[in-house]
Amino acid sequence: MKYARIVAIAFLVAVSLGCLLADYIAPASYARQFREEPNAAPSRQHLLGTDDLGRDRFSRVLYGTRVSLLLAPAAALLSSLLAALIGGIAGFAGGWLERLVMAGTDLFLSLPWLFLLITVRALLPLNVSPLVSVAITFALLGCLGWAGAARVICADARSLAHSDFVLLARASGSDGFRLLWRHLLPNLKPVLYAQFWISVPVFILTEANLGILGLGVAEPLPSWGSLLREMESFSTVSGQPWQFVPLILFIVVVSSFHVVLSKEELPA
Amino acid sequence: MKKLSYCLSFVVLVSSAMLAQAGSELRFCLRAEPKTFNPLLAADDASETIRYLTGGVLLRVNRLTQDLEPELATDWKITNGGKTITFELRDGLQFSDGTPFSAEDVAYTVQQLMDPALHSPTGDSFRSGEGKVETRVARKNRITITFPAPIAGLDRLFDQVAVMSAKSSQKEMAVLGPYYVAENKAGSYIVLKRNPYYWRKDPVGHALPYIESVHLDIQQNRDAEMLRLTRGQIDFINSIDAEYFDKLAAQDPAMAHDAGVSLDSEQMWFNQVVSAPLPVYKKMWFTSTNFRRAVSEAINREDMARIVFHGHARPAAGPVSPANKFWFNAKLAPHPFDQKSALQRLTQDGFHLQGGVLRDHEGHAVEFSVITNSGNKYRERMATMMQQDLSGIGIKLNVVTLDFPSLIERITRTFDYEACLLGLVNDDLDPNAQMNVWLSSSDTHQWNPSEKTPATAWEAEVDRLMRAQASNPNPKKRKEYYDRVQEIAWEQEPFIYLVNKNALSAVSASVHNVHPVALRPQVYWNVDELSLSSEFARNR
Repeated sequence: MKYARIVAIAFLVAVSLGCLLADYIAPASYARQFREEPNAAPSRQHLLGTDDLGRDRFSRVLYGTRVSLLLAPAAALLSSLLAALIGGIAGFAGGWLERLVMAGTDLFLSLPWLFLLITVRALLPLNVSPLVSVAITFALLGCLGWAGAARVICADARSLAHSDFVLLARASGSDGFRLLWRHLLPNLKPVLYAQFWISVPVFILTEANLGILGLGVAEPLPSWGSLLREMESFSTVSGQPWQFVPLILFIVVVSSFHVVLSKEELPA
Repeated sequence: MKKLSYCLSFVVLVSSAMLAQAGSELRFCLRAEPKTFNPLLAADDASETIRYLTGGVLLRVNRLTQDLEPELATDWKITNGGKTITFELRDGLQFSDGTPFSAEDVAYTVQQLMDPALHSPTGDSFRSGEGKVETRVARKNRITITFPAPIAGLDRLFDQVAVMSAKSSQKEMAVLGPYYVAENKAGSYIVLKRNPYYWRKDPVGHALPYIESVHLDIQQNRDAEMLRLTRGQIDFINSIDAEYFDKLAAQDPAMAHDAGVSLDSEQMWFNQVVSAPLPVYKKMWFTSTNFRRAVSEAINREDMARIVFHGHARPAAGPVSPANKFWFNAKLAPHPFDQKSALQRLTQDGFHLQGGVLRDHEGHAVEFSVITNSGNKYRERMATMMQQDLSGIGIKLNVVTLDFPSLIERITRTFDYEACLLGLVNDDLDPNAQMNVWLSSSDTHQWNPSEKTPATAWEAEVDRLMRAQASNPNPKKRKEYYDRVQEIAWEQEPFIYLVNKNALSAVSASVHNVHPVALRPQVYWNVDELSLSSEFARNR
């Protein structure tokens, strides 16, 4: 397991470095259309061939990975912070506030996510650049993805609020925000980390799902979702195995996150 | 005497059944379940398929020649300035349940069709003015129908009207077409059986149709449909995408049929609604003919047809496809890809290039968004190609894909959009079918709906020409008017027509006498003349 973790971390580091250095590694702009070579097979010029519009697939994979790998953790961070704030306060305060917040959280969890995302996405301003659209997409994911984590954090905060060291802190005159900030939150860190790492692959998958529906990152910016859309009709890609590279990369990256996460989930 | 006629009809039935391919079954897929079997209410593809296969019509547009041919009517005449049509009907015909056919049935069908309570989409084409439609049955096989106002191209509209029985207890299930609905397993399949009373015969006198039954599977997944075709489980796919077509052509060229350019078009338009929530300077861009023409000239339609549609499309010139033999204005050619000319036009309007960015006379960088429906990869690719093309003249285009209801909301209610890319599926050859698009007062006058008075002089001219063609019974004169409408559309480009897609279909070699055409239904338009190879029919 230790060996698998090292391999997973090494792989994630390699992929992260590759996509961060995309500007130097990519043989062409992700948006440039080589219109004389649509759907080209791999060649020296195009390592993974070209897509339907003649865009270099290797470059698109690099940039798409960058988009998904940078923004999914950012969205996970946002949702984890929201979860910490909402779940932490509810669990710490207890009583009617906890019941109210948790009822709101349950209501939020019962919302059909996909339809909610589609609706919210449709209400956004149209004239935004692809970069802004990608930021909006992931910000939406972050804003909508806190509820599950908030429940877990609330439960943890509730038990911490009644623990001996908190009682001792109270007895020493610590209360309110200081108690929450100095004593409770540091002890919630392990569960927050776990929630963060769980959220990363979930958001990558959600963006991919939105991308497959054509509602993810705007063209011409690539993301894993838009790259995976190339495979929506199996019969047309089955003769071009290089088109599976984004899918394989996606699976391996998400699996690597889970392998790394299995260690993070261990009790601190 | 009655006994003798029963005996005769029995003999006819037995012999025709023998000549038909015993046990033969034609199979293909519907992409959704038909919403109705009532031919007057058919509006979706699946219901229209059932109507075409089962419905008997007075007149039929031959999908190959595009000429109007007699079917249940032997002759017809339009009088009273296009308000009245008189049909002479065939004698001795019967519905699929044996009920005799007469002029009473046509009168009943027309009354049903025009009944406002029924809300028949087919009937809408006949609503020419206020007032009642009168039907007069002069004798058993002669009927005169009078509409409250003239309808141009009246006779061709009857291609869509399947005659229903006034007397049959089976109501709309009693039909006069080549097949009748024998079995319907909701969500799974529909079986049509050969109509034993179908009136048509082949040139040597054999009763049609040749194929005993038609099995329609409900299959939404196009991959599965393709697999079923290549495995021989279905006989054809009426309409396939360019990607599937190329794959099939590589596997088995004989199966892939490209019938040439179809009636369908893909187009883009700018939002010119006065009350739209857009900045004033953008409204000025969008209402400028030079701006629209420049954008049009900066788009490489040839590349679009070649790359997005794999060469199975043609750059579009205007609202009428070249597939529409009579109405297409052959003088018009698609706008050529010419970025130099585009920039010249923009300069005339005060635009200028600054550091590779196009700016208007107030210094605003030219940037706009185009919305299209998500999930349609062809449109998304077209928009992405436009993005690169327009960057060549310094315009930044943002592509936004929206779910269909949100898109419709924006283009029909809130008008909160800048440009839209959509397609037009056209079934009707006659320009009257496009009245709702071209009349400035119409709510489907997409670039600026429901205008109280025409916003521009050219829109007023289009209104006049469209009304003139709609009220003139002379086809030559109508063509003149509509040619001018096409010219104005070409000059002003309220719609920037991009491509006309080809009619692509896939047909198994087991089906004989197939002649795929550009008009719907591309493959089975002559279903009563199709046959299956004898070996295949036996195996089934």
